[in-house]
Amino acid sequence: MADFGSNMAALLPEIILVISGLVLLLVGAFAGKKAVPAINLTIVGILLLVAVLVLLRIPDAALSLFDGALRLDALAVFGKFAALLASALGLWLAYGYLKTDKRLTTEFGVLILFAALGMMIMVSATDLLALYVGIEMQSLALYVLAASNRDSLRSSESGLKYFVLGALSSGLLLYGASLIYGFSGSLRFEGIAAAIANDASVGLVVGIVFLLSGLAFKISAAPFHMWTPDVYEGAPTPVTAFFSVAPKIAAVILIARILFDPFLQMLADWQQVVIAISVLSMVVGYLGAIMQRNIKRMMAYSSIANMGYALIAIASGTAGGLSGLLIYMVLYAITTLGIFACILAMRRAEGMVEQMDDLAGLSRSQPALAIGLTILLFSVAGIPPIAGFFGKYFIFLAAMQANLLWLAIFGAVASVIGAFVYIRVVKIIWFDEPPQQDFVPVSRVQAILVASSATLMLPAAIWFLPALYEWSEIVALSLFAGG
Amino acid sequence: MLPIVSITIFLPLVGALAVMTMRKLPRQGVHAIGIGISGLTLIGTIFMWMRGVEASGFSQVEQINWMPSIGAAYRVGVDGISLPLVLLTSLLFFLTFIFSAKVKDRPHAFVVLMLMLETAALGTFTALDAILFYVFFEVSLVSMYFMIAGWGHEDRQRAALMFFIYTLLGSLPLLLAILGLYLGSDPNTFDMRQWIENPPLSGMAAMLALIAMLFTFAVKIPVFPVHTWLPAAHVQAPAAGSVILAGVMLKFGTYGLVRFSLQMTPDAFREAGQIVLAFGVVAALYGAFAALAQKDIKRLIAYTSVNHMGYVVIGVAIAALATDPAIRATALDGSVLQMVSHGLVTGALFFMVGMLQDRTKTRDMEKLGGLLAVTPVLGWSFILAAFASLGLPGLAHFPAEFQIFLATLRVEPWAIIAILGIVITAGLYLLAIGKVFLGETSEKWAQMKDLELREALTLAPLLFLIIAVGVAPFWILDMIHKTTVALQF
Repeated sequence: MADFGSNMAALLPEIILVISGLVLLLVGAFAGKKAVPAINLTIVGILLLVAVLVLLRIPDAALSLFDGALRLDALAVFGKFAALLASALGLWLAYGYLKTDKRLTTEFGVLILFAALGMMIMVSATDLLALYVGIEMQSLALYVLAASNRDSLRSSESGLKYFVLGALSSGLLLYGASLIYGFSGSLRFEGIAAAIANDASVGLVVGIVFLLSGLAFKISAAPFHMWTPDVYEGAPTPVTAFFSVAPKIAAVILIARILFDPFLQMLADWQQVVIAISVLSMVVGYLGAIMQRNIKRMMAYSSIANMGYALIAIASGTAGGLSGLLIYMVLYAITTLGIFACILAMRRAEGMVEQMDDLAGLSRSQPALAIGLTILLFSVAGIPPIAGFFGKYFIFLAAMQANLLWLAIFGAVASVIGAFVYIRVVKIIWFDEPPQQDFVPVSRVQAILVASSATLMLPAAIWFLPALYEWSEIVALSLFAGG
Repeated sequence: MLPIVSITIFLPLVGALAVMTMRKLPRQGVHAIGIGISGLTLIGTIFMWMRGVEASGFSQVEQINWMPSIGAAYRVGVDGISLPLVLLTSLLFFLTFIFSAKVKDRPHAFVVLMLMLETAALGTFTALDAILFYVFFEVSLVSMYFMIAGWGHEDRQRAALMFFIYTLLGSLPLLLAILGLYLGSDPNTFDMRQWIENPPLSGMAAMLALIAMLFTFAVKIPVFPVHTWLPAAHVQAPAAGSVILAGVMLKFGTYGLVRFSLQMTPDAFREAGQIVLAFGVVAALYGAFAALAQKDIKRLIAYTSVNHMGYVVIGVAIAALATDPAIRATALDGSVLQMVSHGLVTGALFFMVGMLQDRTKTRDMEKLGGLLAVTPVLGWSFILAAFASLGLPGLAHFPAEFQIFLATLRVEPWAIIAILGIVITAGLYLLAIGKVFLGETSEKWAQMKDLELREALTLAPLLFLIIAVGVAPFWILDMIHKTTVALQF
């Protein structure tokens, strides 16, 4: 058990975030409009800096902090690094976009910073209360971000919708947590694990189902996905880009930790629930995506389906599943960020392009962007040799190892429907007749993001994938060996 | 030693990247690069041929570790089954580039796609790592999708999407089978040589893996009833696409049938042999009858592919059922030779249909007639290739089909009813020749030009090889036979 001083030292990255967030909020209030871009860029820098700091401070052995409320282990480091990086890139992308639209505010960056802080707590929480605090911290920031375009009716509506449904899901989550506490007598994961080993009562099963329902809402898995398409469509596009990456990583890692750590002994009980949610998400996600003409709504449904695949890995309940899950989430994050960078880059003189059919002619006016987007779309569709294929591959492997052959088959079949959705966009980009107006040239931020994510997906994947695999395996083994 | 196999596989890809960077290059230059690169690739495969294959196992193996902890690596090599297909691939691509030198619409993209497709095809036949095989297998799909969608005929978008989704759905069971084989192997590896030496699965698991693989390859071959993508894709594809699709990509299916199904799950294949054989017989007969009913000459040739590939399936199934090693070798020799012959013959036929369509803008046989009088060279070439396709002795298909039927008679005599297919193809080709080339020449076609030099250069090597394989098949059969007699399962 560490003393207070070393506890605080281990939380240095979080503390830096809190202090710099508060300071920048004050600075923003006094410095006026001119400082807004600088403040946002500073936040990008701070997030990147803290991400590096997190990496530099990998503990030799898992550290239990604050009497078991938080744990700093390989999984937490992985999650924090991924969430911080995704937040930084998301903010950078939004910065490039909002600056041209003159809608950038100090609060925007600070909210993303606080959301990132919430995610850092989420991925390291080993206590039901710490977990709840992390989730709420992140969610409150996200509600405000969804409504951040105050002049838009749709943005306000999406923020409100997200808030009301989010509050409901938090209620479910709290109810589940209180049931678990009631039947196990402990909020700490260790205590819960000990109680389960002693006697796994039905009350705990009910508790975990409620907890899972609340968490499924956060990762927008069906049947708790209703909010996703509306919020994705209504929120400002850079906010959507942020929504679909960083919070998903954090929430998925949180689910993995809670199910694989104290509740692994009850695998048989929660496995069916996770499988049901997973299957439903793939079906709803891809079938829903087929109907969409708006590219943001399509991405919303696509993210629902992608969470279905992530849940396959969780359902396997093995170290291989966890490692596959981490690989999948990283690849998903990179691809999704790249696709959103493309969406943000596609402007015509009269404004943003949001309908799929408007993408026609992209290959003629912006060939480089079209190639990048094509690679990314083939990646989410899971076509080899693009890295996205290997994400699905590791997940199917984990499912088959866990004797979930039929789930792997189901995932494979669903991915064909998914491929149809994405290839249709590719077809529009390359073969449909273009309208009169040309696209406005791409800004630098977007070009860099598209190029780097596409490069990571195709040629660089040869080096990137083995490295990612090694890391994910170390992380997975640390959770399973450490108990 | 120089890694010729890898150089040959990736040379087209390097060429494709080079073309991508040279956006200013004029059309002729782009096509010249395509012809040059594919010519070099052809020379590379001829070097591979000269190095030859060893009696057992794989030769010229090249290997680089990729992810050692999961047993995945870059491994390529050839044996007597894959080398003939590699040679066929590089030859057909080279000729396709010569033929396509006329393409004016987006020549850069066309050449890039064709070169990528060539790398994918060569990689599929030479891969010795299951992941690598799967990757190449799927890349070919993407390139072909763009080929059909970008340069096809009237209804190309629908046909291309159907082709893509159909074959993608078809190939996912293979992925699951690969995962199953991987999990069954000890130590876990994706090395196809290990899987062939010690088939990793047995019993029910092997049967499930076999069913999954059979589904994948049946779609690719294609076997009735999962053949429906083929006529649509062929009719809409540009001539170059049709040649590659029929000449090279259909062989992915039959090659996989031998390499994966037969070699990696031999016991399960033996148990299911009768059913596979029945599918082969039905495909052979169905293909012939369906071809008989076509008015569109491209559709007709597409359906004869179903027929010819049906014979390959019969041959492989017989090889699985045979207990005598000599008969098994005969059946496999016939099957592999049939793949090569089909590539040569159908390649030539699709080229010629492309030439006809360039001149007449139609594929409808009813609208054509008497063309032999105006275009004698094209006409006689077509007649030669058509006779080869119907299995005339002395031409490419005969030695292959002869061996397949010989082995069939010894093992499962009932399956010989598939030979009816030859009678029907004979009838339909004679009818087609009659409609297109004989009879009265209509005014409309009186001014039609015979073959240009470029077209003659495309056809001559194929026609020569059709006769060479037909008259003296030993020069290619020896290589195939060396591997097939040594197969242990």
